[in-house]
Amino acid sequence: MCPQPFFSSFPRGLDANEEVGDGMADLEYLSLGRGQRRLQDLRRWLISLPKRMGQGALRFVRGLAGLIKKLGLDIADIGQTFVKGDWKTRVSFFIMGFGSFARGQFFRGLLFFLFQAVFFLYILFFGGAYLAKMGTLGTVETSRQGRVTVYGDNSFLILLYGILTLFFILAFLYTWRLNIRQNKISQQILAGGKKLKYARDDVAALADNQFHKTLLSLPMLGLFTFTIVPIIFMILVAFTNYDYTHQPPGKLFTWVGLSNFRTMLSAGSANYGDTFAQVLFWTLTWAFFATFLNYFLGMLVAIMINKKGIRLKKMWRTILVMTIAIPQFVSLLYVSRMFAADGLINSYLISWGWISKPLPFWTDGTWARITIIIINIWIGIPYMMLIATGILMNIPADLYESARIDGANALQTYARITLPYMLFVTGPYLLTSFIGNLNNFNVIYLLTGGSPLSLQLRGNAGYTDLLITWLYKMTVTDSDYKMAAVIGIIVFIITAVISLTVYNMIPSVRHEEDFQ
Amino acid sequence: MARQDKIPEVDIIIDHEAGVIRELPQPRLQSRRRRDRRANRAIYTVLVIISVIWLAPFVFLLLQSFRSYLTEDGGMVNYLLPKAFSLDNYRFLFQDPTYIRWYTNTLIIALFCAVFQTAIVLSVSYALSRMRFKGRRFIMQLMLVLGMFPGFLTMIALYFLLKQFGLTQEGAVPGLILIYTASSGMGYYISKGFFDTIPKSLDESARIDGANRFYVFKRIIMPLSKPIVIYTILMAFMAPWGDYVFASYVAFGKSDSYNVAVGLYRWVNTQDYQGYFTRFCAGGVLVAIPITALFLMLQKYYVEGVTGGAVKG
Repeated sequence: MCPQPFFSSFPRGLDANEEVGDGMADLEYLSLGRGQRRLQDLRRWLISLPKRMGQGALRFVRGLAGLIKKLGLDIADIGQTFVKGDWKTRVSFFIMGFGSFARGQFFRGLLFFLFQAVFFLYILFFGGAYLAKMGTLGTVETSRQGRVTVYGDNSFLILLYGILTLFFILAFLYTWRLNIRQNKISQQILAGGKKLKYARDDVAALADNQFHKTLLSLPMLGLFTFTIVPIIFMILVAFTNYDYTHQPPGKLFTWVGLSNFRTMLSAGSANYGDTFAQVLFWTLTWAFFATFLNYFLGMLVAIMINKKGIRLKKMWRTILVMTIAIPQFVSLLYVSRMFAADGLINSYLISWGWISKPLPFWTDGTWARITIIIINIWIGIPYMMLIATGILMNIPADLYESARIDGANALQTYARITLPYMLFVTGPYLLTSFIGNLNNFNVIYLLTGGSPLSLQLRGNAGYTDLLITWLYKMTVTDSDYKMAAVIGIIVFIITAVISLTVYNMIPSVRHEEDFQ
Repeated sequence: MARQDKIPEVDIIIDHEAGVIRELPQPRLQSRRRRDRRANRAIYTVLVIISVIWLAPFVFLLLQSFRSYLTEDGGMVNYLLPKAFSLDNYRFLFQDPTYIRWYTNTLIIALFCAVFQTAIVLSVSYALSRMRFKGRRFIMQLMLVLGMFPGFLTMIALYFLLKQFGLTQEGAVPGLILIYTASSGMGYYISKGFFDTIPKSLDESARIDGANRFYVFKRIIMPLSKPIVIYTILMAFMAPWGDYVFASYVAFGKSDSYNVAVGLYRWVNTQDYQGYFTRFCAGGVLVAIPITALFLMLQKYYVEGVTGGAVKG
């Protein structure tokens, strides 16, 4: 019944049921002290690491082999369809939708045909030219001849439309394959003496068995246009020299390989490495404090409000929730002014004679960092308080009752019952909250805007800049798009690595049944 | 909390292990009660201090918004209470066409988002929760991976895409609605978690009676999902009020297309904030009041959504 504490189950959870190659029996393990067990856990985890990485690699290779095999079968199937197909099917290989049309499925046939027509027109008159220049991103520079500006290639458009065209080609291949499969199926159905489905059935299916297509088509289109294409575009930008000296339409930009990554990650005065290390360090520190301070303080406040005998529970909660309700740009901008050199706090402290000159809340690097973390408590506690309140109410009351009979004091009950239960249930929340704080733009930007700036930091970075605010500055202030893209990719990698590692360690994911 | 409250203060304890009912020794109980009272007093003290800290900035904001920028000082001063109570700032805001414009812009964006985003989020989460189809797992994994990219990475690409449709600067309002809505499907987690808890047998029995999927969605699932629908609407409506980044980038330089966040940020940071500070305070109050009222009214649903989401991950 008594749950394992969250942290203790961290590496052990991974291989509790696995065979461990270190020759230590379970009994021996159990006889160790607490600290030694943790060491042992870590050792086991490290030992099993290469094995698990190997398994991962193997799974990847198998998946790839499966994919190739499937592709081969698919091509064979296409050939079979052509050989065994009647003339309607065969013509459909070249004129999409012909088979459907000839068999009376006018609506489907028309759609297929229109898609093919649009595709060819697009490639011929628009996309093809862009795709052809993808390799160089344009060679003809914009120039001025006398008073007339002669526009050359636009690298930005070439990259963007090149990506779109590639996607269009993939979509075309998929549709072409669909068209062939349709023909095959129709042929089989007719040969079996059954009737085909017509437009009316198709439409009816969209509200029933195919309802997911109705529901998802628009959201997916939006996701594709406004998320997937831009992300791929920006990933590719990281491998170009697109910045303010290479801005289309005036100038061209081109592929430069990995050189931006080298600039970002290597040390030296010409590179961003030192600044990057500094910003990354602060980002991680910030995320750590912002997550765990809020977590524990929020839980503490929730426990206090929830305590038996405390009145006006709803009022206390409502007061705290005010910081969620009021838009952050109002509250944070105001608070940032409160702490300014000429702000309320400093002027009152001076007029009371406690200090003689303003405290450097925003002007000193270390001060600014600490102030931000503290102000963030003000913003962050209420969320955790709400979440903890819900969970605390679910902890069986008899657990506390029996602890009380056994003579446990408040601290012991907390350490042995409340905390393990909370950690168990909110493991995923802690993860998302940590990731959220890595990218917590609003708090930093509205409070300090990343300042104080420093001559020791490059790329316009300040002492309180997170990777994400640095990315923003590079995009908006410096127009250094290539470096912004590099940071974006690095943030993605950090997020992905942390998510995957932690997600596999969280006990509530691995032992879902324990608490139920 | 409710459950714990109902438990009476017990003087007897049922000892399950021994199988007997024991009475707690009286003196110990008394000391426990006294200790409890002392603990409660300490907790009340802490809670009062916390409340003061939590509310102080908002009270300060309100107080400073009543300081006239005409007769007293519109900037930052070293005292809190205005020397004379005045509504000059509010009067200015109600007569200032730009502020009214910013406010209506934000309101329009928020209303449209509340409708479109809710429709999209509910569609996606319903499809992913109730239906099983090819590519379902792929879509979920894709959205998970896409969510790991920082949102501002794509800013310039988005800006350019919108520009192609004429949806920047003058057209920033519809442009922002489009951006906010287009990717909102990725926020399906919480409502999917909710749909997952509705028994599938409901769907199945309705479908045996001849209802199609659309009917089930509209007539059976939606009425049961009121809390999550309200939560989604609330979130979609509140988000645009606080967005500074995209709003400022898309509306770039066109004051008529700003939302309140961008406009007020300008007042505080780039313009002469010594003259505009109290007006910023008043503007902030005017934004905060309706949003806060709405939020506190629907707080119950928010709490449900947040706790559900945190526990399920």
